[in-house]
Amino acid sequence: MSKKSFRQAINEALRQEMQRDPRVVLIGEDIAGGQGGTAGIVDAWGGVLGVTKGLYTEFGAERVFDTPISEASYIGAAVGAAATGLRPVAELMFVDFVGSCLDQIMNQAAKFRYMFGGKARTPLVIRAMYGAGFNAAAQHSQALYPLFTHIPGLKVVVPSSPYEAKGLLIEAIRDDDPVIFLENKVMYDDEEDVPDEPYSIPFGEANLTREGDDVTIVAFGRMVNFANEAADRLEKDGISCTVIDPRTTSPLDAATILECVEDTGRLVIVDESSPRCNMATDVAALVAEEAFDALKAPIRRVGPPHTPVPFATVLEKLYLPDAARIESAVRSVMAYKKTKQDA
Amino acid sequence: MTDLITPITMPKFGLAMTEGKIAGWNIAPGAHVDAGQEIADIETTKITNGYESPAAGTLRRQIAEEGETLPVGALLGILAEPAVSDAEIDAFIAKFQADFSSDSATTTQAEHADPFMVNVGDLTLRVQEAGQGAETPLLFIHGFGGDLSNWMLNQTTLSATRRTIAFDLPGHGGSSKNVGEGKPATFAVTAAALLDKLDISKAHVVGHSLGGAIALELAKAFPQKVASLSLIAPAGLGRDINMAFIDGFITADRRKTLEPVLNYLVHDKTLISRKMIEDIIRFKRLDGAVLGLQNIAAACFPNGQQADDLRPVLVSFDGPAQIIWGADDEILSPNSAKDLPATIKVTLLPQTGHMPQLEKAADVNAAITAFID
Amino acid sequence: MQIAHDILLRSYRSMRTIRDFEERLHVEFATGEIPGFVHLYCGEEASAVGVCAHLSETDTIASTHRGHGHCIAKGVGVDGMMAEIYGRKSGVCHGKGGSMHIADLSLGMLGANGIVGGGPPLICGAALSHKVLKDGGVAVAFYGDGASNEGTTLESLNLAMVWQLPAVFVCEDNGYGEATGASYACAGTQKARAAGFGMPYFDCDGTDFFAVYEAAGQAIAHARAGNGPVMLHVNLARWYGHFEGDAMTYRVNGEVARERAEHDCLKNFRQRVTEVSLLEPSALDEIDTSVKDEIEAAVKAAKSAPLPEPADLEADVYVSY
Repeated sequence: MSKKSFRQAINEALRQEMQRDPRVVLIGEDIAGGQGGTAGIVDAWGGVLGVTKGLYTEFGAERVFDTPISEASYIGAAVGAAATGLRPVAELMFVDFVGSCLDQIMNQAAKFRYMFGGKARTPLVIRAMYGAGFNAAAQHSQALYPLFTHIPGLKVVVPSSPYEAKGLLIEAIRDDDPVIFLENKVMYDDEEDVPDEPYSIPFGEANLTREGDDVTIVAFGRMVNFANEAADRLEKDGISCTVIDPRTTSPLDAATILECVEDTGRLVIVDESSPRCNMATDVAALVAEEAFDALKAPIRRVGPPHTPVPFATVLEKLYLPDAARIESAVRSVMAYKKTKQDA
Repeated sequence: MTDLITPITMPKFGLAMTEGKIAGWNIAPGAHVDAGQEIADIETTKITNGYESPAAGTLRRQIAEEGETLPVGALLGILAEPAVSDAEIDAFIAKFQADFSSDSATTTQAEHADPFMVNVGDLTLRVQEAGQGAETPLLFIHGFGGDLSNWMLNQTTLSATRRTIAFDLPGHGGSSKNVGEGKPATFAVTAAALLDKLDISKAHVVGHSLGGAIALELAKAFPQKVASLSLIAPAGLGRDINMAFIDGFITADRRKTLEPVLNYLVHDKTLISRKMIEDIIRFKRLDGAVLGLQNIAAACFPNGQQADDLRPVLVSFDGPAQIIWGADDEILSPNSAKDLPATIKVTLLPQTGHMPQLEKAADVNAAITAFID
Repeated sequence: MQIAHDILLRSYRSMRTIRDFEERLHVEFATGEIPGFVHLYCGEEASAVGVCAHLSETDTIASTHRGHGHCIAKGVGVDGMMAEIYGRKSGVCHGKGGSMHIADLSLGMLGANGIVGGGPPLICGAALSHKVLKDGGVAVAFYGDGASNEGTTLESLNLAMVWQLPAVFVCEDNGYGEATGASYACAGTQKARAAGFGMPYFDCDGTDFFAVYEAAGQAIAHARAGNGPVMLHVNLARWYGHFEGDAMTYRVNGEVARERAEHDCLKNFRQRVTEVSLLEPSALDEIDTSVKDEIEAAVKAAKSAPLPEPADLEADVYVSY
């Protein structure tokens, strides 16, 4: 066990799974980097933010495939390779680039098993960076996990810490279904204790990072950290919160969310993705349908406005949810008093 | 008069503790306390434990509030005789707080190194050492599903005058997942090899639960290495074992399913903390961990009963031996300590479950200290 | 060129099966009993069969929306296919895919594909599998002149060259992308496109089994030997519309009739092999009868096969969820 960054945790998961299973191959733009460059150095980059650094050097050109900037072909190739015996981990770099290869994910990978009558296996992982906070503006900052969650046949993972990232990525690589694995680019330098050994965290099993009696906060990915921060502040004022990190948006651990809402009677959902048809609306609908009687206050959603992600720092700060906004949402549901007499 | 003032500071339970929370004061300001009386409950991320007063006196000041989280060494309260004036106490506090910084507190405690890895044959073992001194070293052997942190409330205290070694058994904690045949005798060979590797020719051996059976096998196969046996709720002295615990420990993979299983371990169920559960779940997620536990359970507890009868080993052990058992143990019955030769001291702790070393750490530490010193 | 007897017989049988399967579907579709829509491969049989004659189950193909011929040529059984097209539980995809999604991965058939240009990227991946797993296999993408304008296809030609994959890109050029002529929609030529990527190019008359067999043989041998990908441009014509029910108002009267009369791959095959006494006419007649019976039985079985059950609706979305 040692302190590892989010970036190191992902690199280690990839390395250990490549060591364990020769069918695991990496495919992506600049995941080695430097092929064809005048310096003659392959593995010059190790991915645009250095996440795959060293893997080409360790595993070579038969396991690590740099691609042209050609998402439709190489994501499609990863899908085809997964259907024919390999276990590829493809990197889409920024999840925003899914616009160039959505067909390969949505109409091919996601559909094979169902439309081929249960006979196909497509053990594919597509890794991509998501999230605002990097001044990367509208085409490099989206949190598109709801888009993938919407598509049956895909599994979607949104890890919230280095420990979670390693265990969930190993699980993703061992999973026999196509998995979209989304890494918040702002978190790559976050550090925590991560076991040196391989381990896997099952999908569809939420993690409770805080347990309390008053309010349930469901948060996704990086927002889990903000929710924890808010919960710790509120605790000092005697408001105790349960914080749920669902880990995966598909499958979603609905049972845990419902149980916690039954216990606390109040729900705040924190979702970095655009607010229409996102995870917050999905969870809100779930709770409204299944746990209506338990609610003591309206459900509150904390998220960005329905705009593209802005560039200027001042605007991007306004755009992203933070601990203060979560805190005030929790206080507002705590302060809520029913005005009508209960029937 | 300052020597009549005793500061009460945040204790360090276990080697990894850096801060603690005042879960509750057990005495009110102005009340008299005896040395050893539990004056507060201190909650760490791993466990809540009673804090015993280091001295007798009157609790003149209660500085830390209930619910407050403070670093190890921080001032919690002041004990003094009534003769000491308030002004003297105020001056003492002012000086203490000026001198205290959490940094200095943690660095002075850094005498205990982090766990380290030791290669023994083809196994890698995670080992934690504490203390040094001329006395015979002491070896802790944890039980099924445990790890070296089971001794977090014991190793510091018992390392005052001697070298102490706690380690993770194969298949546990940070050690190799290969458990071999998975029998107590298998692990006894590993423990002996570890002692050799650490240049320890002879040690007092403290074994808990399955670790008790391992200690007995160690005494059987390597009698020259065992100075004494302190067996805490040991396996090997009876046939029965709570298989709901063993099976549940192996199969439960979520907090909700694991918590009731862990509740079997203790009399006071509030001791099972979130962190403790989370640590066990994290251990079980490691590749090979569950398989290792399955293999050990199959080797040690086939058909729902303990396979090895080690009473003869205990009876014929040519050295001091004692048994410490919780009266309310829900996993291994303290009845197994009956009908042993009178030379074997048996301490039965009331209102205590299967883990006296955590639940009644002070009693266990005192019993071991008295026994081996 | 010498072609072994058993290959000739098998290839004739395969082409005859495709022809009868598709002609029968044309008839049955008109009765309204077949759900959805179907795209028929009649007239193009020699292409699928001439290429697949060089493939084994180790090799992989990806097909198109017009996929029945490729399925049959790769060995998928007509009973399961017919039942699938009828939406029956006994179908090769348990009635959940239909005409456009017939697949059998155990035979290296990566699926018909409802998305134009869906196959070429997948075939890059299948070829990568063959290369990494070193199983000696090649991967073949069938795609039409319409798909040749998809970015996915052009990207795949590039990627296959960059990775030097054992891939074969078979452009089945039937002159129409839906209702729009290739003369309008395809700039330049397929040959020049291949050249643009530095990719070896072969072409052939797709209505002549022997021409396809020979060109495909060279193309596949090149890829299988580890020399990188190739393009095989097959010129042919479809005898029916884009989909069943297409009145083909965009084609001049008599165009299809002329194709049937002059470029029928089955007629040409029979003439060629019997002229030089490679095969006896009776052997071919025997195949014709046998296939007729096989198709008849497949239709009969499909019509009476059980329908999927309500529980099938939510089954097989995931391996595990």
